[in-house]
Amino acid sequence: MMGFISYLVNGISLGSVYALIALGYTMVYGIAKMLNFAHGDVIMIGSFVVFSTVSTMGLPPALGILISVAVCTALGVVIERIAYRPLRQASKLVVLITAIGVSYLLQNVALLIYGANTKSFTSVVTIPPLSLADGALIISGETIVTILACIVIMIVLTLFIRHSKPGRAMLAVSEDGGAAQLMGVNVDGTIALTFAIGSALAAVAGVLLCSSYPSLTPYTGAMPGIKAFVAAVFGGIGSIPGAFIGGILLGIIEILGKAYISSQLADAIVFAVLIVVLLVKPTGILGKQIQEKV
Amino acid sequence: MKKILSLCMAMALVVSMTACGSKDDGKTTTAAADNATTAAAAENNSEAAGGETTAAAAGGETTAAAAGETVAFTGEGVFKIGGIGPTTGGASAYGIAVQRGAQIAADEINAAGGINGCQVELNFQDDEHDPEKSVNAYNTLKDWGVQVLVGSVTSNPCIAVAEKTQADNMFQLTPSGTAVDCVKYDNAFRMCFSDPNQGLESAKYIGENSLATKVAVIYDSSDPYSVGIYEAFRAEAENQSFEIVSAEAFTADSKTDFSVQVQKAKDAQADLLYMPFYYTEASLVLQECDKQSYKPVFFGVDGMDGILSVENFKVELANELMYMAPFVATSEDEMVKSFVTKYETQFGETPNQFAADAYDCMYVVKAAIEKAGVTPDMDASAICDALKTAMTEISYDGITGKGISWEATGEPNKAPMIVQIKDGVTVELQ
Repeated sequence: MMGFISYLVNGISLGSVYALIALGYTMVYGIAKMLNFAHGDVIMIGSFVVFSTVSTMGLPPALGILISVAVCTALGVVIERIAYRPLRQASKLVVLITAIGVSYLLQNVALLIYGANTKSFTSVVTIPPLSLADGALIISGETIVTILACIVIMIVLTLFIRHSKPGRAMLAVSEDGGAAQLMGVNVDGTIALTFAIGSALAAVAGVLLCSSYPSLTPYTGAMPGIKAFVAAVFGGIGSIPGAFIGGILLGIIEILGKAYISSQLADAIVFAVLIVVLLVKPTGILGKQIQEKV
Repeated sequence: MKKILSLCMAMALVVSMTACGSKDDGKTTTAAADNATTAAAAENNSEAAGGETTAAAAGGETTAAAAGETVAFTGEGVFKIGGIGPTTGGASAYGIAVQRGAQIAADEINAAGGINGCQVELNFQDDEHDPEKSVNAYNTLKDWGVQVLVGSVTSNPCIAVAEKTQADNMFQLTPSGTAVDCVKYDNAFRMCFSDPNQGLESAKYIGENSLATKVAVIYDSSDPYSVGIYEAFRAEAENQSFEIVSAEAFTADSKTDFSVQVQKAKDAQADLLYMPFYYTEASLVLQECDKQSYKPVFFGVDGMDGILSVENFKVELANELMYMAPFVATSEDEMVKSFVTKYETQFGETPNQFAADAYDCMYVVKAAIEKAGVTPDMDASAICDALKTAMTEISYDGITGKGISWEATGEPNKAPMIVQIKDGVTVELQ
C-alpha cells in the first residue's frame, strides 16, 4: 500500500513537470494555432543557464532561476519574432517544420557550447525529504516543491488570463484573431506575450525537471517535450486546465505503468494512451468541439 | 536563370576536378619521396642485419622507382591503423580514452623503431556512440586506406561496423566491444571480456564471496550490452547461493527517472543492487538510491569505469561501489606504472580501462603482425587473412592481463578482476 502511495506521489511529481511544459504548448496553440516543437529545447536551455550560473559560477539558486527565466523569456520572444512571425500567413505545415528546425538549432547550439557530456545537475531544492509512516514512505523535497510550484503557477496563470487586460486580450485572440484586431487588440504583441509566458514557464519546468532527475545533456528537453505535447493533446490542446489535468494524468500513468505493468513498456503505454484518447475523444479531455461555420 | 546556374555548376565542377588533380600530384610526389626514404632506411638496416633484408631493400627501391607512375598509394612503409569510437556524446569518456591510449602505444611503437621496421600511423574517427555514424567513420577510414581496424569502442556501433569489415575482409580488433555479436565473424577479435562472460563472472564473484542473499537487478533493455550481461547473470545466479528478487528494466528513452526501479529493489529488500549498464545512468541510480535512503551493496560491470569523471557528480555517492574491470591504474605492475605515468603527464588524468585496452590492442596488433610477417604494401584483405591465423598463435603480456591468448572465435582468455571505489580512488580487491 505504501508502495502504491509512493508511486502515486512520484507520478504526480513527474506529471507536474509535464503539466508545466504542456502549458507552454497549449497556450501557444490556443493563440497562434501552431505547435511550437522548440518548446522542449527552451527547457533544456533554461536548465543549462541555471547549471552555468549556480553550479559553475556559484550564484545563489534563486538568482540563477531568475536569470534563467529572463533568458528563456527573451529567447521565446526572439524565436517568435525571427522564426514564426514572418510565417504568420504561411500554411501550418511550413510553421511546423520551422519549429522542428528551431528545435534542432537550439540542441546543436547547446551541443556546441556545453559539449555532449552528461552534466550532473545540482538540485536547487534545499528542503529535506519528508519521511512518513516510520520511513516507509519518503517524499523528496524536489517532489514537494514541484507539485506546489505547479499548483501555484496554474492558479496565478488562470487569474491572469481571466482578470487582467493582457490576459483577456489573449482570450480574445484565441477566440478570433481577426475580430480581436478589429476591436483594437494588438495581435502580434499578444502572441509575443504568450511566447514570453510560455518560455518563462519552460525555464521553471526545466529547473524542476533537472532537480528531480539530475542529468543534463543537450537532448534533455526532447523526450519530456514530446511527452508534454502528448499531455497537452490528452487534456485537450488549447485548454489551460486541460494541460494541467493531462500532464498530471500522464505522469501517473507512466509511473504506475512502469511499476505494475512493465518497466520497459512505460513509454509505449504513454503513447498508446494518446492513440486511445484521440480515437475515443479527438478533442481531448477538456477540448471544445469547434463547429465549422459555413 | 537556369542556364546561368548550370554554367556555374559546370565551372564549379571543372575547378574542383583541377583541384583534385593537383592534390593527387602532390600526394604522388610525397609518396615517391617517402618510398625513397624508406628504401634508404631499409638499406641502412640491412647493412647491420645482413642477408635477408638486402632483398627487401632492393624491393623497396624498385617500388620507389615505379612509384611515380603506377603504385603511388601502396608500399609507403607505414601501417595504417584506423580507430573508431565516441570522442563526443554520452559515451565520450570511452572514446577519448581509447584514442589517447592507442596514441600512446603508437608513439611508443614508432619511437622504438616501428613494427618490423615500418612506422604505424593512427587515424581515429568519432562515431558519437551511434551505429550509423560508426559505419560512416569506417568508410572515411577506408578512403584513407586503413589496413587494420582497432574499434569500434562501444558494442552497438561495433556490431554495425563488424558487418562491413566482414564484407571487406578487414582485420578488426575491438578494445571494448563486449557484445557477443561484435566478434561473430572470423575477422574480428576483442581485447575485453564478452558480455556473457562478465555476467557469469560477476554472479560467481557475488556468490563465492557471499556478498548478498537477495539481489536486485536494473538493466537497460534497449542495449544489447546490458541485456547480454543480465541474461548470463540470471542464468548463473541459479547455481549460486543468492536469489534475484527484483529485475527491472529501463530504455534509452526513459533513462532519467529511476524512482520506480529503485523503489522496487528497496521493497524487495535486496541487499545488493546489480547494475549492468554505463556510468551515466549509474550516477542517476546512485542519486535516486540516496534520495530514497536505500543503501545496498552496489555492484557494476566495466561500464562503471568513468563514473568518477561525471561533471558535478557527488563522488561520495559512488563510495564502495564494486565493479568488474580488467585494469587498475594503481597496480604495482611495471608496465602499468609506465603507461599510467605517460598518460598522466600527457593528458593530466588517470587512464581508465578503456585506455588500457586500447594500449594493449596496439601492441597485440604489433605482435600479430610480427608473427604473421605481413608488410604495409599488402592489401587489407591479405593482411586480415594472415593476422586471423596469427592471433590464435600469440600469447600476449599486457597491462590488462598476462599470458592472454585468443580463440579462433575472437574471445580472449584472461583472468577477471574486481575493483572497488574507496574515497574517490579505484582499488583492486582480492
